[in-house]
Amino acid sequence: MYRQLTGPDPLGRGAAAESPRYAALRPRTESADRVADSVCPYCAVGCGQRVFVRDEKVVQIEGDPDSPISRGRLCPKGSASLQLVTGPQRQEKVRYRAPYATEWTDLDLETAMDMVVDRVLDARERGWQERDEQGNRLRRTMGLASLGGATLDNEENFLIKKLFTALGAIQIENQARI
Amino acid sequence: MGSNMAEAHPVGFQWVIEAKARGARVIHIDPRFTRTSALADTYVPLRAGSDIAFLGGVINHVLSNDLDFREYVAAFTNASFLVREGFEDTEDLDGLFGGYDAETGTYERDCWQYEGADQEREEPEGASPDSPSGDDDSEMDKERTSPMGSGAAGAPLHGATNVATDPTLQHPRCVFQILKRHFARYTPEMVERICGTPREKFQAVCEAWASNSNRERTSALVYSVGWTQHSVGAQYIRAGAIVQLLLGNIGRPGGGVFALRGHASIQGSTDVPTLFNLLPGYLPMPTAGSHETLTDYLDDLRSPTQKGYWTGADAYLVSLLKEYFGDNATAENDYGYAWLPKIDGDHGTYRTVMDMVDGGKVFGYFLLGQNPAVGSAHGRLQRLGMANLDWVVVRDLAMIESATFWKDSPEIETGEISPQTCRTEVFFFPAASHVEKEGTFTQTQRMLQWREKAVEPTGDQRSELWFFYHLGRKLRERLAGSTDPRDEPVQKLDWSYRVDGSGEWPEPSAEDVLRRINGYRTRTGEPVDSYLELEADGSTACGCWIYSGVYADGVNQAARRKPHDAQGPYDRQWGWTWPANRRVLYNRCSADLDGKPWSERKKLVWWDADEGRWTGDDVPDFPATTPPRYEPPPDAVGPEALRGDDAFIMQADGKAWLFAPHGLLDGPMPTHYEPHESPVSNALYGQQGNPTRKVYGRTDNPSNPAPPELHREVFPFVLTAARLTEHHTAGGMSRQLPYLAELQPELTVEVSPELARIRGLTHLGTAHVVTSRAAVQARVMVTDRMSPLWIDGQVVHQIWMPYHWGGTGLVSGDVVNDLLGVVADSNVFIQESKVATCDVRPGPRPRGAALTAMLAQTRARAGVTVETGTRIATADDVPHVTHTEDDTAGGTDDGSTDDGSTGNSAGEQS
Repeated sequence: MYRQLTGPDPLGRGAAAESPRYAALRPRTESADRVADSVCPYCAVGCGQRVFVRDEKVVQIEGDPDSPISRGRLCPKGSASLQLVTGPQRQEKVRYRAPYATEWTDLDLETAMDMVVDRVLDARERGWQERDEQGNRLRRTMGLASLGGATLDNEENFLIKKLFTALGAIQIENQARI
Repeated sequence: MGSNMAEAHPVGFQWVIEAKARGARVIHIDPRFTRTSALADTYVPLRAGSDIAFLGGVINHVLSNDLDFREYVAAFTNASFLVREGFEDTEDLDGLFGGYDAETGTYERDCWQYEGADQEREEPEGASPDSPSGDDDSEMDKERTSPMGSGAAGAPLHGATNVATDPTLQHPRCVFQILKRHFARYTPEMVERICGTPREKFQAVCEAWASNSNRERTSALVYSVGWTQHSVGAQYIRAGAIVQLLLGNIGRPGGGVFALRGHASIQGSTDVPTLFNLLPGYLPMPTAGSHETLTDYLDDLRSPTQKGYWTGADAYLVSLLKEYFGDNATAENDYGYAWLPKIDGDHGTYRTVMDMVDGGKVFGYFLLGQNPAVGSAHGRLQRLGMANLDWVVVRDLAMIESATFWKDSPEIETGEISPQTCRTEVFFFPAASHVEKEGTFTQTQRMLQWREKAVEPTGDQRSELWFFYHLGRKLRERLAGSTDPRDEPVQKLDWSYRVDGSGEWPEPSAEDVLRRINGYRTRTGEPVDSYLELEADGSTACGCWIYSGVYADGVNQAARRKPHDAQGPYDRQWGWTWPANRRVLYNRCSADLDGKPWSERKKLVWWDADEGRWTGDDVPDFPATTPPRYEPPPDAVGPEALRGDDAFIMQADGKAWLFAPHGLLDGPMPTHYEPHESPVSNALYGQQGNPTRKVYGRTDNPSNPAPPELHREVFPFVLTAARLTEHHTAGGMSRQLPYLAELQPELTVEVSPELARIRGLTHLGTAHVVTSRAAVQARVMVTDRMSPLWIDGQVVHQIWMPYHWGGTGLVSGDVVNDLLGVVADSNVFIQESKVATCDVRPGPRPRGAALTAMLAQTRARAGVTVETGTRIATADDVPHVTHTEDDTAGGTDDGSTDDGSTGNSAGEQS
């Protein structure tokens, strides 16, 4: 009240009502080391996002006001994408569940990659079909399948399809079938 | 229609609201009063699964009252083309078109052809019903005739430059008159009977739509998966497109048909496909038998006597093979064409999952940011399939139900899966998020936008680009010394992508992959600027021809970020839109026959006579220097054969198709069929459902009975499901986040007050929804948003559920997709998940063995057998054949209510 009566804020809606703690608060965006231009990962509207980084950590994600698609807006999901990226649900380590096991165990990333290579070659071999009953060339394997791609980048989808096609794997599908 | 845009695409919906603020009228047509309805000027209810009847009514209104935009229709559509004598319509055959084969559930489509078009070589070899495969295996035959084998080109149209026409649109066999007759019985009274839409509300929509579509005004149509996820889904879109074409709303500003898609790059993963039937740029995967050689493949894709840009398919395919195999692709080896594997039927995700359940066919499964245990129809089938594999690789941000099915799926409780008996080896690889890698998403209007990498991922988190680059590298190392010819394609791959960093496991450069997707000259490595520069002689390589130009001038055009307020209304310097950075497809239609805008208010592109070229606010979608009144010489083909009014430059005849002579399996025109599971009979025809739908008749995929079958009263209500703003698809990216989990904490089921009274449900109480597949428990929401409809003399109640819940995350709940069976559109193999029948009962659902027993008892009461729902033909004068699979799922079949009959695909007739 004293500050309202004596200061420049008689209605008590600004400086007069400000606590020292509030005055000291700064937006996370202000102290960011850098900002990356990004795109929201949820639906297909393609809203622009600005990703604020400090000390090599993402500290805030906001709508990009320059975007002609979104004009800076984000929906509840897009607004929560800081939690998507930095939340404790994010797995950081490879996990492995052996046949008949009741729990996960750890596995080294490079070992896991080698194990997947073995299994891809084995499944490909066992599901191989050279020709159909009429003698037409098939040159494919039915032993392998893949599902997913609509949440991934174009460049990633390109390599996925290219590699599986060379392997002869045809059951390559994604959310667009759904 | 078929979209709750305010809920599912809220930031995009700001433009609808902006248009409304500027005077546009917004009409929302939907089974449920939603957030979109609340903001619309007009809400119009209809029954889930009846949209073609509604749209057919609009078409009838337009044609009966001469309200079509006649100059536009005559110039830009195939309205004037004559159809061959002998064409039989659904009006003649009780809901079937001519050429139906009840044994296979397919059409011979010769009689849907234009008069004058060459009849030779229309069907791929092996597709004829007379072929050995047709006799032996009707299912295989059904799939071999599928347009799946033709990519986006449809089948080629031989002689498309020489079709008989009647420019007056009066000839009884011209498309315009055929369309008019086809929809003549779709009257407001019929729409009311089928859709439950009061006729005055329907009339108001017709009048608003037609009166807002002319030289001065355009109307836009928005749909989402509310249209696609039906057993007749492709024809829903066709019906919408026909209305928009008749009213002149395609290719003009403010017009169009907008497909709102639901994942950040679901458009991209269709363009650069991870889909079984496609290669990049909608080129088809080669089909066994008919596509033995490169020449066979190309001849089947486009005819030397057709118009338009699909005649360049040789350049698109050869350039793709040059990207795939680099210097190993030569003219001598047909650019490595023979290294491509061949498809021969349905290899879609549902077929594959059933093969997993059956065992011995599929051994390993990659899940890449997709959670089928929750997100795919018939969740139980998905989980049982995964539990019957040798191994599964899951790559995701967080633990999802598809990674933990072996220890916490609903089948643990029923005893169908237990960790001690589940042999599936599961690898979980943590994925890098969208801010921890760089690359492009393609959003719903075909715009590619580049994302910068903000930070490095943590621990073992890696991009898919890293995973597949190194998986490929390791596989190539392993197979380097092989002499087995089957390993040749892997050995011959061009895997020389630039990497950022050093050591054995560096991150590959997404920008280098994008550059190669764009295409380059193989001699110099210089990027091409557009697909028009691609050659069929090996001098260019291009990973996806429709994306050619995204790296024009050696610049990453998708990374452009010129602010909205610093450029023109079409924002041409923000991102890059395929094709050719064009924002409005078919925009030649925005100008009249003389190349002048239809009106000053609706101008977009126009012919500049002084310069001798097309120009305007958008990149013209037409050969740049072809004049508006151009008549090509009679022997011209390809782009040179396009007349000045052939605005649909990818079409073999240059016209938009009101009537589709090719490309669809279930008819040249949309027809109202009831959903696979429906509480009512088809009021228009004896043919109840889509006569070509894929029913997957198996004991582990039971259907609820629908007319003319008995006992449909066991599942008397219509079920539909959709999204909430606060969650995303199967919940893997939303149920784990505190904000979103708190905003929408629990699965609900919306019922009307009337239905609540009938079933004794109380608001905020507990209920369970029951189908022949599953029971799902949810909190009851009693609301007027779901109002009962009066359908052909009976009251039909509809219920609605969101589908985002599963067993893991901060908030959990039953899987709504468990309620659904698998039945699919024959054209695209997309499942009917927007409409089914169900019962709803008060209280919690039974659990464990009691659940299994209750479902068995319910099926018994409804008389459900493996044959239920599989008699897909019900019209007069055709045999009503069951379509079931020979080998049903023995080990995983609950079997308790089935009569033991497994049927046969060409089995008993009734």
